[in-house]
Amino acid sequence: MTLAVFFGCTFIAFGPAFGLFIFTIARDPLRIIILIAGAFFWLVSLLLSSLIWFIAVKASDPQDEQLQKGLLIFGVMFSVLLQEAFRFLYYKLLRKAIEGLVALSEDGCSPISIQQMAYVAGVGFGLMSGAFSMINLLADALGPGTVGIHGDSQLYFLTSAFMTMVLIFLHTFWGILFFHGCEHRRWWEIVAVVIMHLTVSGLSFCNPLYVGSLVPSYLLMAAAAAWAYLLSGGSAQNLRRFLLCLRSEASPQPGS
Amino acid sequence: MTELSAHLPQFQHGQLTENFPDTHLSNTNDNSERRRHDNSERRRNDNAESETNGQPQNNVQQVVEQDEEEDEELTLKYGAKHVIMLFVPVTLCMVVVVATIKSVSFYTRKDGQLIYTPFTEETETVGQRALNSILNAAIMISVIIVMTILLVVLYKYRCYKVIHGWLIISSLLLLFFFSFIYLGEVFKTYNVAMDYITVALMIWNFGVVGMICIHWKGPLRLQQAYLIMISALMALVFIKYLPEWTAWLILAVISVYDLVAVLCPKGPLRMLVETAQERNETLFPALIYSSTMIWLVNMAEEDPEAQRKSKNSSYDKQGPASRTQNEDAEADDGGFSQEWQRQRDNRIGPIESTPESRAAVQALPSNSQTSEDPEERGVKLGLGDFIFYSVLVGKASATASGDWNTTLACFVAILIGLCLTLLLLAIFKKALPALPISITFGLVFYFATDNLVQPFMDQLAFHQFYI
Repeated sequence: MTLAVFFGCTFIAFGPAFGLFIFTIARDPLRIIILIAGAFFWLVSLLLSSLIWFIAVKASDPQDEQLQKGLLIFGVMFSVLLQEAFRFLYYKLLRKAIEGLVALSEDGCSPISIQQMAYVAGVGFGLMSGAFSMINLLADALGPGTVGIHGDSQLYFLTSAFMTMVLIFLHTFWGILFFHGCEHRRWWEIVAVVIMHLTVSGLSFCNPLYVGSLVPSYLLMAAAAAWAYLLSGGSAQNLRRFLLCLRSEASPQPGS
Repeated sequence: MTELSAHLPQFQHGQLTENFPDTHLSNTNDNSERRRHDNSERRRNDNAESETNGQPQNNVQQVVEQDEEEDEELTLKYGAKHVIMLFVPVTLCMVVVVATIKSVSFYTRKDGQLIYTPFTEETETVGQRALNSILNAAIMISVIIVMTILLVVLYKYRCYKVIHGWLIISSLLLLFFFSFIYLGEVFKTYNVAMDYITVALMIWNFGVVGMICIHWKGPLRLQQAYLIMISALMALVFIKYLPEWTAWLILAVISVYDLVAVLCPKGPLRMLVETAQERNETLFPALIYSSTMIWLVNMAEEDPEAQRKSKNSSYDKQGPASRTQNEDAEADDGGFSQEWQRQRDNRIGPIESTPESRAAVQALPSNSQTSEDPEERGVKLGLGDFIFYSVLVGKASATASGDWNTTLACFVAILIGLCLTLLLLAIFKKALPALPISITFGLVFYFATDNLVQPFMDQLAFHQFYI
């Protein structure tokens, strides 16, 4: 426990997201607002799903363990669906906002594109989701205690941190995929995002069998990353050029 | 009743656009006149605890009204920048308050209540507690209403000295006494041994520099930092001395009062704003957080009232929107603007030593700076807003069972409320209360997160499920 675990888990969970924030979002005020609004939308979806779960729990027998667990699973699935629904609502709002920005701008084009908004919205969702999962754990990690002293897994904090990181990344990629699907009317992309989200959440039911939840989640994240990269205009050639630090006069700009 | 005003600078991509050099001055004059006509500031005093020193402390909130007519097209783009200019100080204030609440136990310890909330909440029945908290909230709100009306009356009858004295006493109290207590508690928490001489030196320096920065002139960042610090101190006092249910009730009622007082035609704040507009002067510049510094404009002050004020209290520093530049409405102008007269006086020498001629001399360098004036304008937010936002988030972090989740939820809710308020400001272009939307969101999210989300997240963390 104590500081080492606290800092370690904080940086594992939020380090990449923090880096993304600093380098891509913090400079532009509009993106910061979209980020916070995305976090807000995720929060509202969580609120509504907690409300439903709370009502279900209050209406049921608190002694029945299996029922409670079943209700929790139902709550998780419902929450996932609601999150995606709110992502769709946020997409609608951002579309309207783009039209407003275009109308307000002097040269008829919006200062931010829908792809950038998709990315920032994804990061917003991810950050809020990660924060809500992780912050209380981190606060507890600062204090005294022994992890898993009652027979639970000793890797609880570490795996939570890794899971949070993968979820933040996944939300980012899902944002890009989802908005792309909405933009180009490709419903199968949207359905794929929803199914991926349900899968990742469902995999977490394997916990504490972490190999069943973390490994597939990371594989899914890699797949989502590759897909989002391709959809944003990336290609194997771009990647090769980037990795070899090659210069080229006419390289396509992904996602701008 | 705190209001925001957004000043829209007339530039795009960092360059002046519509203002060509030959028409530049008139443009800025026109714009500043328009701004002046719509500017007014109002203050409201909040009464803080007085049990330790017997002096009621009054915080005054200001309302600034601003009419933006230029650059309609660029509204949203500036809106984004101004929103961030307000997000950062609000976030900083909340971070300071939450950090203090979490580490210094003094501010969560029950040490009695303010005299404005005499009814205790340690009662046997829930009904009694509810009744007591309603009474407490009613008393507090009536005190605030009375203070506001007193302020409006004082302002109407031009008792500026009384108001300035009042403000100076409150900032003295905050900067010296409350920060001394805060420092003492921080030292106690971290078990730092300290002697009185060092403390006296530190508090003296802190306080004096604070008084200078806030009431007179100082670097912008320093002034902003001081305003954030005194808002945080005030919020901590409220968090400590207001019992729970009373605090929530007061927050709710104050947002309603803010809404009513600013928007209703007979509301005290609106009357204050309109009186200030009629007189074309700014109200009390010391208790508004402003994101830019325009004190150069103050030099070009024409208003004799303002001149007297600035001579009396050196309120030169300040405010975006504060000083009205010119009134072409002066009857004996002969058709020449005061600005022109100043320039003329300056060229051919003052015939007599008048405030105008003095201002003319002062106005000279600042005339060339008026070109920067549009760029310098920013947003303003009353300190009372800072205080109540921080009270909400601080109370959430102090008393919530969901702890950090609740704090985070309230934080995001308040920021979104602020964003929406600024959006409305950009649309309606008049003084708006900044409390209602944010406090409503904050309260809703506090109670919802604490009661609904926290058990859910708790169960999820227990089973290590992820949503």
